[in-house]
Amino acid sequence: MNDIVIRAEHVSKLYRLGVINHGTLYRDLQSWWAKWRNLPDPNISVSDHTSARGARSRLKGDIFHALDDVSFEVGHGEIVGIIGRNGAGKSTLLKVMSRITMPNSGFIGIRGRIASLLEVGTGFHPELTGRENVYLNGAILGMSRAEVRSKFDEIVEFAEIGEFIDTPVKRYSSGMYVRLAFSVAAHLEPEILLVDEVLAVGDVNFQNKCMGRMQEVTKAGRTIIFVSHNMTAISSICPKSILMADGKVAAMGDTADVIKAYLDRPEFGGTAIYSVNPEDVDGKAVICRVAVLNEKDELSGTVELSKGFSVEIEYELREPLSGLSVGMQIMMEDGYTPLVSLSDPELDLGRLDTRPAGYYRARVKFPGCLLNTGTFYVRLGISSRFSIYSVAEGIRFDVEDNVGIIQMLGQQRKPSISAIQLPWAVEKVFLRDSEGVLK
Amino acid sequence: MTEQLKGPASAREDDDWDIVIRPSKGNTPDLGLVWQYRDLVWMFFKRDFTTFYKQTILGPVWYIIQPSLTAMTYYVVFGKIANLSTDGLPPFLFYMSGTIIWSYFSACLTNNSEVFSKNANLFGKVYFPRLVVPLSVAMSGLVAFAIQFLLLLTVSIGLKIANPDLAVSYWFLFLTPLVLLYIAVLGIGAGLVVSALTVRFRDLVYAVGFMTQLWMYGTPIVYPFSQIPERYHWFYYINPMTTPVQTFRWALFDAPALPVGLCLANLAVTVAITLCGLALFSRAEANAMDTV
Repeated sequence: MNDIVIRAEHVSKLYRLGVINHGTLYRDLQSWWAKWRNLPDPNISVSDHTSARGARSRLKGDIFHALDDVSFEVGHGEIVGIIGRNGAGKSTLLKVMSRITMPNSGFIGIRGRIASLLEVGTGFHPELTGRENVYLNGAILGMSRAEVRSKFDEIVEFAEIGEFIDTPVKRYSSGMYVRLAFSVAAHLEPEILLVDEVLAVGDVNFQNKCMGRMQEVTKAGRTIIFVSHNMTAISSICPKSILMADGKVAAMGDTADVIKAYLDRPEFGGTAIYSVNPEDVDGKAVICRVAVLNEKDELSGTVELSKGFSVEIEYELREPLSGLSVGMQIMMEDGYTPLVSLSDPELDLGRLDTRPAGYYRARVKFPGCLLNTGTFYVRLGISSRFSIYSVAEGIRFDVEDNVGIIQMLGQQRKPSISAIQLPWAVEKVFLRDSEGVLK
Repeated sequence: MTEQLKGPASAREDDDWDIVIRPSKGNTPDLGLVWQYRDLVWMFFKRDFTTFYKQTILGPVWYIIQPSLTAMTYYVVFGKIANLSTDGLPPFLFYMSGTIIWSYFSACLTNNSEVFSKNANLFGKVYFPRLVVPLSVAMSGLVAFAIQFLLLLTVSIGLKIANPDLAVSYWFLFLTPLVLLYIAVLGIGAGLVVSALTVRFRDLVYAVGFMTQLWMYGTPIVYPFSQIPERYHWFYYINPMTTPVQTFRWALFDAPALPVGLCLANLAVTVAITLCGLALFSRAEANAMDTV
C-alpha cells in the first residue's frame, strides 16, 4: 500500500440548531434565569418549530449531522473526487479538512503542507491593483512573499492579464478577475490541495486550461481532493472517488463505479418531475419545478426516439438579478455529459439585463432523435457569472425506440449518443454506360 | 468499499502526522504558526493602509485634524471651564499627548472587537491563524500614531523655541516604543476578549464604543494623576491604561512619574487580560465559523 497522506477516522460534525447561540446577551440571560427557576427555556421553543419543519433523518432532536462517522484515507499522489448531492456533507468535509471548522469527534491526520481552495479570489480587494492582490491572495493562501515573487511572472502570464496588472481589480472585467484569482491559486504548491468546484468559472477555454493545469500539478506528485458536481470533470481527472450521502461515505473506489452508485441511488429514481415547495428553500433564485414533457406536452418519464420532447423549468426570483442564465446539463448513466445548454448564452447581450423578481417559466425543446435510446439525467441550475443560486437534479427520463427501426433491421442500437438524422446530400457524379465505362 | 480502512488500533501512530485535526475546545494559540504567517500580517497591514489612502482625499490630514480638535475641545472644557490642572505642562501638549495615546489604544480595542463577524467571509473560506488579523490591526493603528506623534513633536519643538524654560525630556526616544508595545499588547488582549465574546453576544458590539469612552474618563487623559485623591488610587492600580499615559507624558515632558508599585500592578493586569484574551480567542476561533 502506498503511503497515506490523509487519514480520516470516524469524523462527525454536528450542528446544533437554534439553541447554542441565542445571539444576544439578553436572551442568554433569559435562558439562564428560566433554567434556574426550573421553567422551560423561553428561547428553545422557537428552534423546535423550525427543526420540526425541516425534519429529516439526520435531525436528531435539534442536532443536525452534517458529517456522520466519516472514514477514508488518501494515498500520496492520488486525485480523489468527492461527489454527492447538495447538502450531502461534501463541503462540510472539505471545511473540516481545511481547518475552517472543527469536527465534533473523530480524527484526521494529514502529512505535508495543505492548501484549500474553497473559492477563488478570497480576500481580493477591489481597490488594490492586480499586483497587490496577487501578493495579498498568495499570503492568504499560505505562500510567503518570496514564493509569490518567484512565481509572479508565471501567474500573470497564466492569467493573460498583461499590462493590466497594475490596474485596480475593480476595473477588471469579470473574466479577467476570475482568471487572475484562479491563476494565483493554480500556482500554489502545497503537497495536498483541496479544491471545491472552483473550476466552474471563466470561459470554456480558460476552464480547459485550468483542467490542464490540475493534471499537470498531479504529475508532480501532489495529492488532490476535488469536490464537484461536474461528473465529466470528476471522471476525467479523478481515478478514485468518494460518494457522500446524508453525511456518510456511501461509496468509495473507482470513479466509474462511484458515479454509477451515485446515479443509482433511490433519490435519483426515475422521476420525470422535480418539485420543491419554494417556502422551504432560501436563496435569491429558486428552481421550483422541473418537468419532462413528451410531444403532446404530457408529463412523461419515457419519450419516443423520433418525437420531440421538452423540459420545462419554473423558477422564482426573489430579487432582481442580472447576468442570469438557466443552465441545463444532460448526463448519461456513466456521468458523461453529452449536452449542455444555457437559456442565455454567455455571449448573448440580453444576458446582462436585470430580470425583475417574479415567477418564471422556461421551456427548452429537443428535436426528435437528438438523443439516442437510453437513460438520461437532467441537472439544472440557475446561475450568474459568479454564483450558482439553485440546482435541481435527479430528474431522469428514458428515450425509447418507438418505431422499432433498430429491431426491424435486426441491428444493435447505434453506438452513438445522438441518433439525429443529419442532412446528407447525394449526387450523381458519373454514370457507367453499357460498356462499363465511366463517363 | 470501505474495507481498505485500517482498524483503529493501527491508527494511533498520531505523532508522525504533520497536521492533526481533532475536536478541541481550543487551547493556547500556536504562536509559532503566527510567525510563519508573518508575511500575511504585513499584507493585511499594507492592504488597510493602501485602501485607506485610495478612498479618502484628505488621507493623513484626518489623523492630524482629529486629535488637534479633540485636544482643543478638552482644553476649553476641562482646562478653561473646569479648571483642571495639567501638571504644569502647556495645556495643548498635555491634552494632545493624552489624546493620541488613547486613540491608539481605542483603535486597537474597537477595531479588534468585531474580528470574526467582519472577516467571516475570509475565515469561512481559508485557514490561517486568526491572530494574524488583530496583529495587523494593531500595526495599522501605528501609522496614525506616528503621524500624530510627529505633530506633537513639532509643536513641542516650536514651544521650546518660544519658551526655553519648557522641559522636554529625551527619554521619549527610548520609552515611546516600550509604551506603544505595552498599549498594543493591552489593546490586542482586550480586543481579543471582546471579539471572542461578540461571537456569542452580538449586542456587545454596541457596548464597546461606549465602554471605551467611559474607560477614557477613568484614565488620566483629561486630568493628571497627581490630582487624584489618595482614596481613589486603588482604581488606578487596576486600570492598566494609567501607566502608559502617565509614562508617555513623563518621558516627553518630565511630568511627575508614577509610583513603581502602580506600574507593576498595571503590568500584571495587562498580562492577565492578554492571556485571558488569547485563551478566549483561540476557543472562539475553534467554532466561530459555525455561529457567525
